[in-house]
Amino acid sequence: MTRLACILLLLPLCLSAAAEERRSGFQDMAPETQAMQQDDTANPGMLWVLEGETLWNAPAGPAGQPCAGCHGSAESAMRGVAARYPAWDEADAAPIDLAGRIQQCRAARQGAPPLPRESEELLALTAYVARQSRGLPITPPEDPRLDPARAEGRALYTERRGQLDLSCAQCHDENAGRRLAGSAIPQAHPTGYPLYRLEWQSLGSLQRRLRGCMTGVRAEPYAYGALEYVAIELYLAQRAAGMTLEAPAVRP
Amino acid sequence: MARVLLNIPRTARKGEVIAIRTLIQHVMETGYRPGADGEVLPRDIIRRFTASFEGEEVFAADLSPAIAANPFLSFTMVASTTGTLVLRWQGDKGFDQTETREIMVTG
Ligand code: HEC
Ligand code: HEC
Repeated sequence: MTRLACILLLLPLCLSAAAEERRSGFQDMAPETQAMQQDDTANPGMLWVLEGETLWNAPAGPAGQPCAGCHGSAESAMRGVAARYPAWDEADAAPIDLAGRIQQCRAARQGAPPLPRESEELLALTAYVARQSRGLPITPPEDPRLDPARAEGRALYTERRGQLDLSCAQCHDENAGRRLAGSAIPQAHPTGYPLYRLEWQSLGSLQRRLRGCMTGVRAEPYAYGALEYVAIELYLAQRAAGMTLEAPAVRP
Repeated sequence: MARVLLNIPRTARKGEVIAIRTLIQHVMETGYRPGADGEVLPRDIIRRFTASFEGEEVFAADLSPAIAANPFLSFTMVASTTGTLVLRWQGDKGFDQTETREIMVTG
């Protein structure tokens, strides 16, 4: 009885301790890589941010309407936007991630040729928009319509997959902080995306990262833009709620 | 034009040692990797970087296929007089890009 009371009393403490122990992948990087991320003239991700700024102001589509034509300055209009994605999309009545929203604005509102996932232009625009939320806490929308997808994301996260028969949770919850071959296993917080990965020698999206983890366990990855990814992104954002956005980050 | 990120002081005191840091967007394709079709991708790298101040070369580097994409190069120089720093990257496929910056030297 006393023991039970103790456990019940301790539970909130344990939960808050666990919350404090959340670590961004940034914290486990070599000091040189951290320095690279924090210096805007050494962070290669800033090359895409510059490109994104140009695209933001470039006329596109039949009306020649740039993103800035409707949204104005990204510094104010896009501040905090990346921090609350994925969000609910009224038009499709489905969850949508930031890159998906930009694709949608580009195709439906600008009437310009669609930008494929992982294209340089879409990465650049996403990096530019995400950059406007750097330093802000991740604030997932309190929209109950997102709950089913969040639950699906959680299920996908804990489901074993691939020839290695491993779940995301087995690596990122049960073995985070340990090493897998040469790499530290991070807690898989989506704080830095899109980010510059030294191994890719390029900027890449969170979906590219997730595909990498899926092929890593020899599972068939979903196609880019699949709802399964958006569901996982939603769950990861929930798990990382309150953590600071650092896009465009650098990772090994 | 490739995008560049430059960290160069606009002003310096006479005799001060200043750090010049450069990052340029470039694939640095090694010439050894097969592409999606199995054919080896032709080499496409920056081969040489030079920096001159008021017409005099102050730093130069030869780059090789082992260097990662978007190469970061940094060097130091002594600020002697006010003048123009010219940075130039040259490479395969006729790659040739120049950036210039004024450095104001006081004292
Ligand atoms: C013709 C006007 C128009 C153009 C051009 C346009 N947008 Fe939009 N955009 C909108 C409207 C309207 C909304 C929905 C308003 C809202 O939800 O705040 C929106 C929403 C967004 C959002 C989500 C904002 C949020 O608060 O959730 C993003 C991100 C965005 N646009 C990015 C872009 C980008 C990047 C471009 C250029 C490629 C672009 N937009 C071009 C009108 C436009
Ligand atoms: C076999 C262990 C393993 C499994 C299973 C795995 N990952 Fe990873 N994951 C890693 C490692 C290791 C890294 C660090 C990057 C690297 O060096 O490859 C990583 C990186 C990440 C990151 C990037 C974190 C950052 O700081 O940017 C995210 C997000 C992520 N994984 C999510 C997932 C999701 C979601 C799944 C399930 C679909 C998954 N991972 C499955 C090992 C794993």
